[in-house]
Amino acid sequence: MERKIVIPGTLLGKTDGSKQGRGTFREGENIYSSRLGIAEEKSGYVNVIPLSGVYDPVVGDAVIGVIEEASKMSWMVDIMAPYPAMLRVEEVPWRVEFGETSRFLKTGEVVVVNVLSVNEAKNIEVSMRDKHCRKVEDGVIVKIQPSKVPRVIGKNGSMVSLLRQHTGCWIFIGQNGRIWIKGKDDKMTILIDAIKKIEKEAHTTGLTDKISKFLGDENKSKGD
Amino acid sequence: MGISCVKRDYLYRLAKEGKRPDGRAFDEYRPIEIERGIINMAEGSAKVKIGNTTVIAGIKMGIGEPYPDTPEQGAMSTAAELIPLASPDFESGPPRADAIELSRVVDRGIRESGFIQLDKLCIEPGEKVWIVFIDIHILDYDGNLFDACSLAASAALMNAKIPNERFELGEDAPMPLDDPPISCTFVKYNGVIVVDPLLDEDEVAEARYTVAIDKNGDIRAMQKGLSGSFTVEEIKNSINNARVISKSIRKLLEG
Amino acid sequence: MELIKDGKRLDGRAPDELRPIKIEAGPLSRADGSCYLEWGGNKVMAAVYGPKEAVPRHIQDSSKAVINAKYNMAAFSVDDRKRPGPDRRSREISKIASEALENVILTEMFPRAMIDVCIEVLDAEAGTRCAGITAAAVALADAGIPMRDIPVACAAGKVDGVVVLDLVGEEDKKGDADLPVAIAPRNEDILLLQMDGHMTPAEFDEALELALKGCREISELQKEALLKKYKTTEGE
Repeated sequence: MERKIVIPGTLLGKTDGSKQGRGTFREGENIYSSRLGIAEEKSGYVNVIPLSGVYDPVVGDAVIGVIEEASKMSWMVDIMAPYPAMLRVEEVPWRVEFGETSRFLKTGEVVVVNVLSVNEAKNIEVSMRDKHCRKVEDGVIVKIQPSKVPRVIGKNGSMVSLLRQHTGCWIFIGQNGRIWIKGKDDKMTILIDAIKKIEKEAHTTGLTDKISKFLGDENKSKGD
Repeated sequence: MGISCVKRDYLYRLAKEGKRPDGRAFDEYRPIEIERGIINMAEGSAKVKIGNTTVIAGIKMGIGEPYPDTPEQGAMSTAAELIPLASPDFESGPPRADAIELSRVVDRGIRESGFIQLDKLCIEPGEKVWIVFIDIHILDYDGNLFDACSLAASAALMNAKIPNERFELGEDAPMPLDDPPISCTFVKYNGVIVVDPLLDEDEVAEARYTVAIDKNGDIRAMQKGLSGSFTVEEIKNSINNARVISKSIRKLLEG
Repeated sequence: MELIKDGKRLDGRAPDELRPIKIEAGPLSRADGSCYLEWGGNKVMAAVYGPKEAVPRHIQDSSKAVINAKYNMAAFSVDDRKRPGPDRRSREISKIASEALENVILTEMFPRAMIDVCIEVLDAEAGTRCAGITAAAVALADAGIPMRDIPVACAAGKVDGVVVLDLVGEEDKKGDADLPVAIAPRNEDILLLQMDGHMTPAEFDEALELALKGCREISELQKEALLKKYKTTEGE
């Protein structure tokens, strides 16, 4: 099956020939797409990679969240999923006394966290105990659609390397579509434009070359 | 949900360096697009885009009794709807205070500039006059609703007609108009004042100031909003900026 | 007044002809998904927000997402200015639209969540509920909401004793019957069905078949609109 754009209800295959993967549903012996996305076959599974939609939390994902609320023993964090995630005091690198949560993390502050668990009722818990987890206190957060994150990373990280090389900026990509960048102001502006361009053209091919050209032109025009 | 600390810090830092997140100067507007006569059912209509902010204004004419103290004048009424379509933060239900403030500020600019010649909207003195209903729907909110709504209302009035035929009062006629007001909105954050706030700037704004300027550069209406404050000098500077900026917007509107 | 003369209707259409329809996917920048649709003189904008946590708490369903469609007509969209705010007609249409859309959305994937669907009629010329649902369906797909199918709606009716497709203003007001239908086009499951007027069972069969035919045509336009948004540009 070649990669093609499908819509909800497009027939992808039959259960005797393929296995049902992401973004699909089954009716009888038919497998259909449930999303607007790109259909592909991988190891016998038919998957639909969505072109849009909310962040679907996966255990182990590193994401960037914004504190929504500080409760007595935990915080609620917006991670761009349909539900806020809970961050308990046991899961942060500091010793937090009962009721002292807002001393460490206030509403509106930004954190890098890991998705710890997602249960059947879609209750999400996150943790700050991993090494790369921390409070975001400088730089800029760029927000893109979560479905476009793989394109910003690129095959084997090729796209994000390109971005780092050409702008000299530090880049941390949250799986949920929030990207943390740090660097010189004019370089960050170019980087933000490049990321927005990748988001807009994520479904096209030859994107790495296009972005390479874009970055080259931008650097030239800004008198690099 | 409010703005994140990181975003606020970024905007504040840029402001200190004399910059804005989209690279505009402090006294620069985003590109403005005006499309007129787009709604068939309305007597007049216009769609205005300032950057991504998109609003549609429609003019409907009705016949009613004049106000007792102005028996030979038509009436006007302005309503702006912050429909949930336009932003995840807009809720459905009766208009909240911000929708009401927006409606009344847009109304004041039009009314005080004498834009609509209300004395030409009398049908039977003391009995029947035309009522001009200005309804503005926000479709996409990306900052600066005050100016987008004011511009859309003015553009809609400029292509509006009096539907005499439908009410069997003779032939349709154009809306009797003088010169439109041009509204300029400024917001203040971290000590700087910028015109035409985009969404992020609207969200960090501590204070907001809207001023309506007429064709001669005189002031017709003003509104200060939000809980921050302005100095007298800041207000005077803003008025001077508005008098200059409004000239090019007026050309676009009358274009 | 004769509504059909020499086999042609007031606006020159044949009895089984649709008004011109234009669909654009994703025109709004803030909404998670959106669609702008023109259908004859109708102009409709639909926007989707969600899935997101359902608030207030008491409307939450612990097993699936709640679908909240709101149909609203702009004050300037009709002949006599409409006072802003929902009236009984809008609230009824909102309810049946929510129910039609809910049928195809895989709501069990998002317990305790809600999906807001805003349908705004900017210019009205009969058939606004069908235009609204058709636009909402495209907006849902644009937003990445998982669905079994993309619903589509169309109305048929009876005018001067003749069964016709897609009634327009005068036909709606002075005709004999009006039958709006929404379906999930893959299996032609009926998701919305209303009727007012007077029809024999045979006329109903004919009108329903005509409405389904209209739905099939419009379904293709919905697909085109969604694919067009992601059409790969030149020189890929």
